[in-house]
Amino acid sequence: MQSSLFVQYLVSGLIYGSIYAAVAIGFNIIYNATGIINFAQGEFAMLGGMISSTLAGILPLALAVLAAVALTALVGAALERVFLRKVARGGVLKMVITTIGLSIVIREAALLVWGEGVRTLPFFTGNEVSSVSFLGANFSPQVFWVVGITALVVAGLTAFFRFTLIGKAMRGCSANRDGASLCGIDPGRTVTIAFGLSAAIGAVAGCIVAPLTQTHYAIGTGLAIKGFTVAAFGGLGNSVAAVVAGLFLGMLESFSIIVVPEAYKDVVTICVLLAVLFVKPSGLFGSRAVGALKDY
Amino acid sequence: MRIGRIAKAAAFCALALSCLSSAFAAPAGTADPIKIGAIFGVTGPAAYLGAPEDKTARMVVDDINKSGGILGRQVQLIVKDSGASAEKAISFAKQLIEEDNVVAIIGPTTSGESMAIKDICQKAGMPLLSCASAETITNPVAKYVFKVPPKDNYIAEWLYQTMNKMGISKIGVIAANTGFGNGGKAQLEKYASKYGITIAISEVYDAAATDLTALLTKVNAAGVQAVVNWSIEPAQAIVAKNMRQLKMTQQLFQSHGFANIKYVEAAGEAAEGIIFPCARLIIADQLSDSNPQKKLLMKYNSDYKAMFKEDASTFGGHAFDALNILKAAIESAKSTDADKIVAAIEGIKNFSGTGGVFSFSGDDHNGLQMDGIVMVTVKKGKFVPYTGK
Amino acid sequence: MLIKRYLPPIALAACAFLLPPILAAAKASFLLTQLTMSAYYVLASLGLCALMGYAGQISMGQAAFFAIGGYASSFISTRNLVAVASFPAVRFLDALGLLTRGTDSYGAALLSPSPWIACLCAVLLAVLVAAVIGTPVLRLKGHYLAMATLGFGLVIEKIVRGTKALGGADGISNVPAFDIFPGLAVTGGRAARAANFTISWLVLALGLLALVNLVGSRAGRALRALHDGEEAAGAMGVDTASYKLKVFVLGAVYAAVAGVLLTHYNGSIGPGEANVMKSVRYVAIVAVGGMANLTGTLVAGLILNFLSLRGVFGRYDDAVFGIILILVMMLAPEARALGLGAKAALAALPRRRGGSG
Repeated sequence: MQSSLFVQYLVSGLIYGSIYAAVAIGFNIIYNATGIINFAQGEFAMLGGMISSTLAGILPLALAVLAAVALTALVGAALERVFLRKVARGGVLKMVITTIGLSIVIREAALLVWGEGVRTLPFFTGNEVSSVSFLGANFSPQVFWVVGITALVVAGLTAFFRFTLIGKAMRGCSANRDGASLCGIDPGRTVTIAFGLSAAIGAVAGCIVAPLTQTHYAIGTGLAIKGFTVAAFGGLGNSVAAVVAGLFLGMLESFSIIVVPEAYKDVVTICVLLAVLFVKPSGLFGSRAVGALKDY
Repeated sequence: MRIGRIAKAAAFCALALSCLSSAFAAPAGTADPIKIGAIFGVTGPAAYLGAPEDKTARMVVDDINKSGGILGRQVQLIVKDSGASAEKAISFAKQLIEEDNVVAIIGPTTSGESMAIKDICQKAGMPLLSCASAETITNPVAKYVFKVPPKDNYIAEWLYQTMNKMGISKIGVIAANTGFGNGGKAQLEKYASKYGITIAISEVYDAAATDLTALLTKVNAAGVQAVVNWSIEPAQAIVAKNMRQLKMTQQLFQSHGFANIKYVEAAGEAAEGIIFPCARLIIADQLSDSNPQKKLLMKYNSDYKAMFKEDASTFGGHAFDALNILKAAIESAKSTDADKIVAAIEGIKNFSGTGGVFSFSGDDHNGLQMDGIVMVTVKKGKFVPYTGK
Repeated sequence: MLIKRYLPPIALAACAFLLPPILAAAKASFLLTQLTMSAYYVLASLGLCALMGYAGQISMGQAAFFAIGGYASSFISTRNLVAVASFPAVRFLDALGLLTRGTDSYGAALLSPSPWIACLCAVLLAVLVAAVIGTPVLRLKGHYLAMATLGFGLVIEKIVRGTKALGGADGISNVPAFDIFPGLAVTGGRAARAANFTISWLVLALGLLALVNLVGSRAGRALRALHDGEEAAGAMGVDTASYKLKVFVLGAVYAAVAGVLLTHYNGSIGPGEANVMKSVRYVAIVAVGGMANLTGTLVAGLILNFLSLRGVFGRYDDAVFGIILILVMMLAPEARALGLGAKAALAALPRRRGGSG
């Protein structure tokens, strides 16, 4: 294969991988704070894209994106407050089912509000036909934004969890909820913040790829599945691993097109997920304890 | 288990009530209305097709009723939203046939649903005018089953004729993994050799794919002179944009699924120069006045836009054609008897519709010819006829 | 006590025979169509109820087994062997009486495997797939199990949607009637409406009966022990892995049989039957019914499917099921609640009841 072709597939893989990693990070945040997997995570990405595309007509693009992220964060926090808190004591099965129900309702609500049409967001720099060349490969400048912002998010989160009080409180809650509350940390509020943060990250992911992929009411489900695959692959709760796993999966999907028809690309992803779950549920970098899921 | 018993009792009451209410529901209306059933995928994965069909159908029936109805009787349109789900289509078809006693059924929107109810309608002797395009709907011909969209092979052959004129002989075909996409791909592959076209690479992609740069890289590497994309949104716009981002200079052809100005807007600048075949509806204003379709196309365009604040699409046109053909048949047969309607439709010749000029027969339950299609391209964000320059 | 347990299947069987004449008298025989279709979907939900409610294993892939049953049966019974009728294998099958002759709607000759063979093969295939998939999947718990079964469902959907031999996105149509015995067939024709309703509700009654017996048996108690605490059950000598797999396969069989029968009734099947939303609906129905409540699943399933197939929910069909899921999870008292929370609540009850306010 020529080197330019190789780089071209690499860039495609980078695009996919960054999207998946961003969604996976959202999963991990909620998982770390509450121990549950939020099936509605993909819908946050959808909301981010849809809200920002609506606002982009009235506000300057940067403001539209920020507003969309903030609004989606509020939605995430509200969902936790109103619905999930009531179900939290019922066991994992109940929470899983509730998040599934929530993802459906959010999707149908989006259909009601925005209709079935596909919406676009303006490119952050250039437009839909801009193209930059790098090592023989051509791609949209939006790719730099996708990769760059994802990197910023990861760096920001690492700093947040390590250095800020709230971040440390969240880590404390996930490690030992009762111990944390004994130390004066309000677990309820921490969980709400976790949902808000996770929703915000999902929305960011949705916004940065919306110019490339366009957005419509039904994109959430597919993203959630890919995102969970990546999160599980890297080890639930480990966001840096999620980024590595995301890039790996993105590359796999991109290069697999050489041999596998594109229509079965998703089958490749799902088989990777199933293989990970069967062989090492704790993921590439996960620990035994996480894999055994002893807490219920 | 107490909950179970109460719930069971409630269930039986609910069933009994619904039975009784439907049994005693008095037929409304003054003079006996003509009931026409419609099954559209207004919501769900085929909403791009079903929603315009639904709107158009209601608009047409309103129009018919305002001008006195059919045979002096008002028309009652009963629309069922199947969400493009085959089992719902089956359930609704049976409802329309057995319960609502409609005189004919318009739709369904998708080929899968149409094939699911083809046999049901045939066995029940219910005239069906499908808005879906699969070859198998009218081939083999079933006495009561018709379809109004143009045949897929016309689209494919128009594409190839244009390529011959442009000197293109080596192409790449990509299609969405749906009935529409696979049907088109099959026709392209079938007619390639007739026109001397080599398909160097032919692939299907997931209809919900968000990025096709990897696939298009593979197509580019196959050394093709043109790319044919057979899908609906969002893939159409994604392919267009990705090709420009990859700096691919090959000509992009789309299918008739591109026939809506919204899709041009979605693709922005990347839509410039795309060539695709479709019915004359979207370039109606640029037709010569002597064209038999022009008047009704212009009227449909302006009525639709005034009523729904959006541009008409060729998909809505299928419902328009189905209803108008049915109306013409009932009027010509002076009866709503199924066999007479079928005979009347088969006798229709040179009937102008949005999809072209229809001429049915006992063997041809589609009625359209190659000349119902034109080649269209995008110039400065508008649809213009493609003249080969 | 005994009668109480068997009341639901008996009532179903009674309805199977009594409803058609009642509806005919009320001039509402057209309702039989949706009632028949609902019965088959409820059959699949019952299988899931055994798995989710009693064995406590969540499965988001029940629709996949329904589709495997339906597709296998329709694929086999629509194969036209006229062209290869002279092959020894074909003649052997014919001699055994396993092939049916007929003509299609256009007069061409048909020689196809009988639907009995198709049904048998379909169920065997479902058993095989369930056993193969179930073994690794059931080692997982909670979200992992949900995601793995979801992934399995997606793979099946992509396969049936993407394979030309299975009809691609348009599915398989012209599926022949399923002759149970001469004169009685599972088919969608109008004349056979009442008979098919009776067949479907009898099948449902039988399915329910089998599960009622299972739940009341020793195996059933082992299952409930499993649900309440897997390690405890294991410590008491219950072979948890084997039980889980058996119930998983049982659930798959229920779904496959439902798929076979509905496909022959409808005369066609499409990839939509393997959709994630279908699996979610089966889960929703089990949840509304009360998780470990067969009668509840039965009633909820019949009502919800009936209303959905009649188009009562209109464009909000999916939304209704989503809302139901959320409401049920939030409002239903968890009779099988785990953990301190429930025990504490139960312990507190007598005191509250005795009090004055």
